[in-house]
Amino acid sequence: MATVEEVKKLAALARIKIGEEELGKFTSEFDAILAYVGQLEKLDLPQGRGGEKPTLRNVMREDGEPHATGAYTQKLVEQFPARQGDALSVKQILSHD
Amino acid sequence: MTKKPNEMTIVEAARALRARELTVRELWDACAEAAEAKNPELNAYLEIFDSDERAIEAAQVRIDTEKESAPLLCGIPLALKDNILLEGKVASAASKMLEHYRATYDATVVQKSKEAGALFLGRTNMDEFALGGSTENSAFGVTKNPHDISRVAGGTSGGSAAAVAAHMCIAALGTDTGGSVRNPASFCGVVGLKPTYGAVSRSGIIAAVSSFDQVGPLAKTVEDARILFNALRGQDDMDSTTIPDGLYAKKKEVRTVGVPTHLFAGALDADMLEHFTTTVEGLGLKVKEIELPSAKPALAAYYIINFAEVSTNLARFDGMRYGHAARGETLLDDYVLSRTEGFGPETRRRILLGTFVLSSGYIDAYYKKAVAAREALTREFDEAFQEVDIIATPTMPTPAFTIEAKADPLAMYLEDAFTVLANLTGMPALSVPMGMVERGGKKLPVGIHFTAPHQAEEVLFTTGQAVENSR
Repeated sequence: MATVEEVKKLAALARIKIGEEELGKFTSEFDAILAYVGQLEKLDLPQGRGGEKPTLRNVMREDGEPHATGAYTQKLVEQFPARQGDALSVKQILSHD
Repeated sequence: MTKKPNEMTIVEAARALRARELTVRELWDACAEAAEAKNPELNAYLEIFDSDERAIEAAQVRIDTEKESAPLLCGIPLALKDNILLEGKVASAASKMLEHYRATYDATVVQKSKEAGALFLGRTNMDEFALGGSTENSAFGVTKNPHDISRVAGGTSGGSAAAVAAHMCIAALGTDTGGSVRNPASFCGVVGLKPTYGAVSRSGIIAAVSSFDQVGPLAKTVEDARILFNALRGQDDMDSTTIPDGLYAKKKEVRTVGVPTHLFAGALDADMLEHFTTTVEGLGLKVKEIELPSAKPALAAYYIINFAEVSTNLARFDGMRYGHAARGETLLDDYVLSRTEGFGPETRRRILLGTFVLSSGYIDAYYKKAVAAREALTREFDEAFQEVDIIATPTMPTPAFTIEAKADPLAMYLEDAFTVLANLTGMPALSVPMGMVERGGKKLPVGIHFTAPHQAEEVLFTTGQAVENSR
């Protein structure tokens, strides 16, 4: 079942940090939840039956009718945590050292 | 004794406005005063808006000039769940992540409400990102049940349900992912509708689980829920999952109600079952026992899909363009700090569980199996609807529980056993009050739950009104 190491790995993948004090609690809750949802594993279900009418379908539309350039710019840039003019400022991702 | 304006239904208020017994201003003030007076105790609203004088004036003019042809929602003060965008106002989804986020556009349901002349009183409390069942996962405190403040209002649309029940508005909008409109409707004693998947646009709704989410009304009567649903529904270019009218065969009258009694054993309190049985018998319909073998494992399937879609939907919150933005040494630190500080415990839990069920070693055992279980369940409902016109269960296995009673996350998940079925199948479902049960010396409302085939909301309304008339 779930181990502290596995929970740490999932947290790293999800870009979330789980504090040491929380790890034990999270891990035991995981165990209980996965044991519950794991009951499906034992269930015998027909998988991927062919030939049925699909219940889900893609809906596409043609490109076109763009809004005026800049119509939403001000509203959007106001939400930026940091900016230079209308550009979003982020940390440098390449280091030169 | 006449009703106070804030205690009116949409139908009553619309009539009084047209009869000039009441002005839009008086109706607004009565609701706003009740909201201000009761909110410190209930925490139903995260924010009560200042009055919008222009909108109030415009609604009054419209009622005066268009009279009977003015939309029924004209001048009606509504409450909005905090995950529905209203341009210029904060929409936080009750999360620290979006505490200061201001909506840059109107949700389609907001636009449609505005076009009908409706007014917005404020934004209501909810479980963070609509993840929970009691509004205890809000980053801004729990909403209390107006019938007993030691108990939860239900969730995730707990604030909307409490606001309607305590007459802090005339009606409200919520969203329903696994019961989030119907659960608090049952706990607070109001009517709640989860429409057919695709019936109402989700443009401008903060996504939780995209294959389940629907916007639904919380109202004082079935007729009010119908009015709101008809005002909000319809295909929308901005949401490609919306469906056209007549996509599914039209359902006619209701003759037979199906009851899956096999789901109730050990799940229901005795007085809940008693109310349920009496209410079903009082409908005057033929009652037929039905079997839904996949309904029990369906809850597990529901949660697997929920975790999976939550983890993907919430991946967009990274502290870069909007929302909580913490800064550390590196860009990776920025992401991790923003997400760790921005998300509450249940949200983090579900993101991690979703990451797990979608990971390469487990996707077959969990996610794909859940999708197959969902299809099997939908087939069982389709087959059941060959023999019955509507399916009834209690909305919740219990009345509202006390705050912190379900601190174990799994115990909280099990509360959703009946409501998730409609989200898995995409079918519409309605919760209507069916009576009161007593717990700890307090009388608590409980709801009955009806599911109908896709696009058969009218069948739900007819049956729901039969419940109202029998009480």
